[in-house]
Parts: sequence; C-alpha cells; structure tokens
Amino acid sequence: MDSNELNVSGFAIPPDIQQQVAITSIDKIYNWGRSASVWPMMFGLACCAIEMICAAASRYDIARFGMEVMRPSPRQSDLMIVSGTVTKKMMPIIVRLYNQMPEPKYVLAMGACASGGGPFKEGYNVVSGVDKFVPVDVYIPGCPPTPQALLNGLMKIQEKIRGESIKNSRWYQKGADMVEIPIPLLGPDLIDPRNMTIIKNGEKA
Amino acid sequence: MTTPSPVPTVRSSQGDISVLTDRFTGSLNPDKRSGYSGWIIEKTHLPAFASALRNELGYDYLSSVTAVDYLPEGLLEVVYHAYKTIGGPGVVFKVQVPRTEEVEIPSLVSIYPGAELQEREAWDLFGIKFTGHPDLRRILMWEGFAGHPMRKDWHEPYYEEDAKPLKSRWPEGHPVMAESKNIYGNNIAYPDGFNPENQTFDPEKALYDALRQYSKDEIGLGTDRIIVNMGPQHPSTHGVFRIAVLLDGEKIINLKPVMGYLHRNHEKIGERNTFIMNMPYTDRLDYLSSMSNNFGYALAVEKLMNIKPPERAEYIRVIMAEMTRISNHLMAIGALLNDLGAYFTPMLYALEERELILDIFEAVAGSRMMCNYFRFGGVARDLPEGTLQKIKDLFFERLPRKIDEIDHFLSENEIIRARGIGQGVLTAENAIRYSAAGPLLRASGIPYDIRRAEPYSIYNRFEFDVAIRQNGDIYDRLMVRFEEIRQSIRIVQQAIKHIPDGPIMAMKPMYQVRVPPGESYGRVEGPKGELGFYIISNGKPNPWRYHVRAPSFINLTAFGPMCVGQKVADVVAVLGSIDIVLGEVDR
Repeated sequence: MDSNELNVSGFAIPPDIQQQVAITSIDKIYNWGRSASVWPMMFGLACCAIEMICAAASRYDIARFGMEVMRPSPRQSDLMIVSGTVTKKMMPIIVRLYNQMPEPKYVLAMGACASGGGPFKEGYNVVSGVDKFVPVDVYIPGCPPTPQALLNGLMKIQEKIRGESIKNSRWYQKGADMVEIPIPLLGPDLIDPRNMTIIKNGEKA
Repeated sequence: MTTPSPVPTVRSSQGDISVLTDRFTGSLNPDKRSGYSGWIIEKTHLPAFASALRNELGYDYLSSVTAVDYLPEGLLEVVYHAYKTIGGPGVVFKVQVPRTEEVEIPSLVSIYPGAELQEREAWDLFGIKFTGHPDLRRILMWEGFAGHPMRKDWHEPYYEEDAKPLKSRWPEGHPVMAESKNIYGNNIAYPDGFNPENQTFDPEKALYDALRQYSKDEIGLGTDRIIVNMGPQHPSTHGVFRIAVLLDGEKIINLKPVMGYLHRNHEKIGERNTFIMNMPYTDRLDYLSSMSNNFGYALAVEKLMNIKPPERAEYIRVIMAEMTRISNHLMAIGALLNDLGAYFTPMLYALEERELILDIFEAVAGSRMMCNYFRFGGVARDLPEGTLQKIKDLFFERLPRKIDEIDHFLSENEIIRARGIGQGVLTAENAIRYSAAGPLLRASGIPYDIRRAEPYSIYNRFEFDVAIRQNGDIYDRLMVRFEEIRQSIRIVQQAIKHIPDGPIMAMKPMYQVRVPPGESYGRVEGPKGELGFYIISNGKPNPWRYHVRAPSFINLTAFGPMCVGQKVADVVAVLGSIDIVLGEVDR
C-alpha cells in the first residue's frame, strides 16, 4: 500500500510531500500493519501440510505477504492453518492449541478434510470439518489445495483483517475475555462437553 | 559404496515348507480355498511352526501381519507373510479361529519382534488378543474406544450401506448430508445408556504404565525418572506423531511411539469402496510418493485379475515410480537436515528440485501431489507432448549435477558427521528382526531391495546397484538415500532411452473392474521401504479385505530400540533418518 492509498482524511496534502506524508485513520494503519505480518502456526496435520511447506519455500514464497514467520508455539501465532484431516484423537489437541493462541486469532481450514471431512468423512475416526469445534474464517477447497490456492486463502485473511475496526472488535472491548472452547474428551467416542445433556439423553433427545 | 545384490534363489515355497508337514501332521495344511495360497496352521502350533520357519528354513523377515474377518464363515484369520532376506519368493501362513468376542492367538513377537506394532494394530482394529505380547495396547484408536472397528459387523456412525456406490446417492442424484442423519450432527455414536458425566477413564494411563515398567532404578541412586512427551504438535515429528520418552537425566531409558492422530480409516473406507475407487485413496497414504502407492495397489489387483500392462505403460510406470523415489528422498534429506538444526536451508535446495519433478507429475497426471495416475492394466493417460523431452533434460542435465551439489554441501559437513556417525545405530541383525525396510534396512548392510529380490514390473531389465552402507547409523541412512537417488536417475535414463510407442492400457478403461475371488499380496520397493497391499476379493465389486503393509509404520518398531541409551536430543535426528510420513503410519 503506498501513501496515496493510505490517505483517507480528505485533507489536501501539498504535492511535493505526497510521497512522504499521509493522513489516515488509526484503524487503517493498524490493520495494514497487522495484515502484513500475520504469523501462522507451524502446525501440519496431513498431506496439505506438504503444500503449505511448498508455499513457504522459494517458488511460492509466502514471505511476499509478510507471513513467513512460522511459529511452533501457539502463544506467538495469529493464524492457525488447519492443514489436513482432523481426527477425533487429534481434536482435543487442536482445541487446546486454539485456546492457547492469543487474540486476535484466525483459523484457516485448508483443504477438503479440514473444511468438511473430505474423502475421509465417513471414517470412524474423522471429524467432519474442524468448524464443528473451532470457528473458521476462511475455507480453501482442494485436495490438497495448490500453493497458489493457499496464497489466495491467506490474502482473504488479509482482506478480513483490513475490514476490522478497533471500535467493534470483540477483543478490544472492555472486559472482553478470551472465549475458551471446552476441550473435547475421549470416551467411547469423542465427547463434546457442550453437548453433555444431548449425549446423556441419547436417542430420546 | 554399493555392491550388487546376491542372485535371488529361486525355489518354490511349496517344496520348502513340505519339510515341516511331517512334523506338524494334521495341524499344518495347505490353504485349499480357490484363489488362495499358503498354509493354515493350528493356533497351538503357531510359535513352534514360526520358529522352525525362521531358524531352519531361513524365512528371517516377517513382512506383514494382518487379520481378516470372515463374517459369513464365522472365522477370524491372521495372515503372516514371511520372506528371506537373501531374496526369493515368500511364504504365507494363516491361523484361523472361530469368530467370537474374545479371540486369543499366541503372539510371535518373541520370534519375530517386527510383529510388535502390527499385532497391536490387529488387536486394536479386530479385537484379537495376542497372548504373550509384551505391550498389547490399542495403537491407532485410544484406550477406551468402543469396539474394534475393522470387524465387519462394527458400523461407523455415518454407516449407510456395506458397499459403494451408495443407493442414497444414485440414481436420483440428491446428496444427503450425513450429518442430518446423526442426532449429534457429527460423526459420533455412543453405546446405549452411556452417561458422559461418569466418564472418568484416563486414556493416557496405559501408555504411562507401559513406560514406567522400566523405571526401576538399577543402581539404587534413587534418582527420579521423568516422562517427556514430544508431539503431536511438534515441529520435528514430521506431522502429528507423538513420542513418549522415559528419561534419566538426558539419557533415554525407554521410548514409546504414540500414533493414530492421523488415523483416517483407510482400510475401513477401502473395503466399502469399489476397487478402482481406492486408487485415489492410495495417493493419500504416503502423500510424498503417491505414484509408488498407486504402483503397489495396481500390482496387487492386477495379480488377482491376471492382466499385464502393455510395454509403454510399464516404462511409464517405472519412470514415474523412480521420479517419486527421488522427490521423496529429496524431501527426506531436507527434513533430516531440518531436524539436525540446519534450519530450512538444505530443505530449500531440495524443494527446488522436487518442484521440477512435481511439474512433470502435474503435466502427466493433472495434479502435483495426488496423482491418481495408475489404472489396473496400465496408466490413466499417455505422456503429453513434450514431457519426455522435459524428463530427458531434467535427468540427463540438471538432476545429476544438483544431487552432487547437495551431496557436496552436506556429506562432509562437520555437524552432520558429528551428529550422524555412530548415532542411532541399528545393527544388521536387529534390522531384520524388527522387519525394517527400505533405506533403513539397507543402511544396516542388508542388500535387500524388492526390485532385485523379487523383481516386479520390468525392473529386471535395468542396470542399477542396490545402495547399501554398513554401519546402520544416521549418517549412513542419509548416504544411502543419496546413492538411491543416483541409482534412480540411472534407471530413468535407461527407461527414457528404451521407452516404446504403443498403447497404455491392456484393455479398454472400465469404471467397474471384475476381480475374481482370491487373495493377493502386491509389494513394491517404495521410497520408504516395502509397500505391500494385501487384498481379498470375493468376486464382488468391493474388496473384502484391503490391507496396507505400510513401511513407515513398521519401521517405527525399531525406533524405540534405536533410541534407548541415546540422549534426548538425538530422538528427532533418529526419527528424521527413519523418514516417516504420518499418512502412512496411521493410515
């Protein structure tokens, strides 16, 4: 973004300093900075993770969008790329990782499996999409999506970030606490603590 | 350093075993079902038979252990495939027991330690208890999961029908969301009367108990042993793999691999699918080398159908499989260097070459990673115009030079030598005992390569050496991979020179293939080792049993013993040198 695009005030800036000076809103400059330095979590689940590695490597190079800083720790990352099949055995761990990420945080469901179970949907150990537990911001179709598709998805995340406002965002409000998602349990099958009563009543419900 | 592999001894397995028929009179019988081969042994004589097989007849390599649920016949069967590491055909033997809730079969872990993880898998998925197994826990699902899912009468929550194509999807063509049929709106089902509030069971307890078996202090210093978990979310575990280690200071006392975090029910889904529908699923097993997976599955089904692909298709198959091997090994080398601390730089060099190979895959198959290119009796489509020239340029000009360059940068590097030589040693004897395969086996000095030991397709026409090294440490595994890349380049160069024109399918492409009843075991030398597909057909459009002998999974049997006594920092390096892919470990 150059200084002309950043300028939203409507004030006339003398032509000779237009390249150096811009008058803008705090939302715009803040979101601009945020969207150009998204730190994804280094978190690969399955096949899609390989395409994610390729997207990070020299040919596709997500560094062009300021996203090359992959953090292995959820505490340092803004974006969770769910790259692969989400299984029931893995689900409690994914929810824990999501809870550990600081706000503002985003989730990108990469590929068919993370979006809705994909080719493995009918499997007994497969969760039909990570959005059954974790809110998802952007879905990328494909099995696996090409690195270009992943880049497109990341740009959608950037678009979303640029459209946010400090005024309305939940995590900037007074008293707004991070909403923790209850961690699923492993029993005879995966148990979602939010559904305890339905499970207890079983078929009667 | 390479040596030519020994000439395979060609002997019929039938004649071999008949020596033992006198000793096990009445309890050892040939399998007479039509389309089947091998022997059926009474379960009480199984250990004696297996040790005779191993110690007297020289079948020292237990390749695959799996179970089959014959629901209509009321039988559960455990199938063993054993081979000789000096080459030649193998032997199949089976144990049959009546199909009940509790089934017990003697474990073979004491004779073939390579059976350890595979028997655990059979227990987990089929509920067969192996008596005498040292650590019989669930492996792919968690402790406490309801039921043994691969049994034919166990139905998953989204169950609709026994076999595809599902009637609900066709011919009306109105897809129904599976979620809408489930009361929880998700892929979940519980036993009757289950109350989640009483759920106090700890699925982790069995694992920690198994680790603590070794926590007795021999020296009597009274120091604490601590358990450290690595993964499933850890940058060096190559996916969602978890390692639980018991440590004394920094020294590893015991190590247990924990898997199943990517268990996506390949085999259960595969038994619902029609034969051809499984081809794209095989891509997603070892997702770094999809063409090799296609190869193994195609071979297994072709064996049953008794067809042979035309010449041109055979050459295309070999070229693709060897290109896959190169791209896989490049990735393995890059990842190992990542684990050794050379963060991402060697990986970038490796990925650069890999992308060029993926470009060819994309041109040929239409997809970079999930090629879905092989068909029963040939390949899906012919090479597009100009592709052969592209392969030629890559394999005669660029790749040999680039491999030398990467080799030159890495193999004399001081840190790699210091962390690789003498670390994570797997002796030749242990490599065979633990059923290690592929580069892991060959780095330990066993020149066992299925392309030579039991040549499939047209591999007997090519000149290449079996890459081997003698020491069985991390460094040798790295070097074996470099050598294998060079040999693969040699094979591709020869194949390009001799590839003929002609058809690429033995018959006209069919949506539904007819597979005669019987069993078959198709195995190829995949980049990670012996990749086998065990298929049972009962003449219907779907396989009755579809089992994958996954090399990464079975190679992990040796992972624990290789790490014991090492420092905890070496665990990632040892794991990197085994080269696992979680899609194949967990399936």
